[in-house]
Amino acid sequence: MSSVLLDNWELFRIGFLTTIKLFLVAGALSLVLGTLLAACRVSSLPALRAVGTGYVNTMRSTPLVLVFAFLVFAAPKMGVELPSFFWAAIAALTAYTSAFICEVVRSGINTVPAGQAEAARSVGMTFLQVLGIVVLPQAFRAIMPPLTSTAIALLKNTTIAAGFSVVEAGSIPAAMAERGENQMVTLFWITVGFLILILPLMLAQRWAERRAAVPA
Amino acid sequence: MNHVLYDAPGPRAVVRNRIADVVVVAVLVVAIGWIIYRLYESGQFELRRWEQFQYIAIQRQLLEGLWNTLRAAGIAAVLAIVFGAMFASARISDHVWIRVPATVVVETFRAVPMLILMFFFYYGSLQYDLGLSPMWAVVLGLTLYNGSVLAEVFRAGLVAVPVGQREAAYAIGFRKNQVVRTILLPQAVRTMLPAIISQLVILLKDTSLGFIITYNELLYVGRQMGARQEFGFPYIPTYMVIAVVYIGLCGLLTLLANRLEVRGRRAVKTARSPLSSDLPANRDTARPDKIPMGKS
Repeated sequence: MSSVLLDNWELFRIGFLTTIKLFLVAGALSLVLGTLLAACRVSSLPALRAVGTGYVNTMRSTPLVLVFAFLVFAAPKMGVELPSFFWAAIAALTAYTSAFICEVVRSGINTVPAGQAEAARSVGMTFLQVLGIVVLPQAFRAIMPPLTSTAIALLKNTTIAAGFSVVEAGSIPAAMAERGENQMVTLFWITVGFLILILPLMLAQRWAERRAAVPA
Repeated sequence: MNHVLYDAPGPRAVVRNRIADVVVVAVLVVAIGWIIYRLYESGQFELRRWEQFQYIAIQRQLLEGLWNTLRAAGIAAVLAIVFGAMFASARISDHVWIRVPATVVVETFRAVPMLILMFFFYYGSLQYDLGLSPMWAVVLGLTLYNGSVLAEVFRAGLVAVPVGQREAAYAIGFRKNQVVRTILLPQAVRTMLPAIISQLVILLKDTSLGFIITYNELLYVGRQMGARQEFGFPYIPTYMVIAVVYIGLCGLLTLLANRLEVRGRRAVKTARSPLSSDLPANRDTARPDKIPMGKS
């Protein structure tokens, strides 16, 4: 059992390191883009709202694999070439995940009592100040649990990059097939790897849930 | 809905908003124009790249891909609902030896990437000569993941039925089995229907993972079509068509889920009308919106 892991340690190490890199970079970018989209969707400008809504609804109805396929196969045909498969994967994961983060942030904004925003406005704050100083910090507290769910989904979605020439954890089985290793054992170790990566996120989620459950 | 964040605009704000709107629209037009220009510049609107949609054989190939997608999604949906119902009932069991293994199974399958689950069946079939076609690898992978998520949805639904319902049923001598089946489940399914349909949208989208394990579904067909040199590698036209199909299918299902949700909310309100009439009218606006959970 363990020989499969130890003999091919380098392959597993590189694979999971790339997975973690994909997760962290795409996660950070999605958080920024998703929050910006949420700000668009709650703004007072109908045009911005329409842009946000259109983007989110389209992305949520499109399979992530299609986003990947478009960026990797189709985009170069129209002269839009990303520097590497890794960055194409980052772009696909970010474009997709930020739509989900937008929805989470937006629902979080709705949980902030109306009086908070009204009070902020009454002392003369602008829309961006109300959102940035008063509403979003409170909203982020409430959305920690669903945000962690989105993060877990992103972590698992990174495996799709394996189908598009990125050497990460999901691409280990194909490489191991060439070496003639036992596939089931390989997959077992990959599963263990993902459980180890996801466990801290799940614990964080439980913790955030408990904290959010206490009435403020 | 978020007018909480800003006041009704005064005359100056109206002017400012209108200017900002024009700027946003202008930026949007420039962006879309740039994309269309890039498409035009790289010859994506040339006839030869769209020609292949005229051929009957290729249309049939596309339809076959769509059929394969729908078939895998359909089978997996049924199996996932059965799996979910079984494991939800196991998780609320009074016996520890049923409850704990069920919890472990559900939590594990929710944590493992779906592609890895499909790999288990795909490579497992190759290694042990089980004769599972790639379709079954897709279907079983989808079933295990979505079934586990649905088990949690069902369980949450059962728990959410007011305690009084359960207590009343026990009081008149129902057994646990009867309580769950005749009292809790019918009520839970109604409130959970939107969540179940949203999960089925996810399931439908995830059939596209079959692309990676050589299942001949819509996206796989698209890859083959896009790679045809004689039509000038028409990836972009093909993916445009496929995107419209997916967005249309998922959009319809989401619409259905939203309809059911609105209807469910209305039904609850009418049921409570004698009481709620003397509550403040904006009671609902103070309540937080549902926070979307779960995976992509």
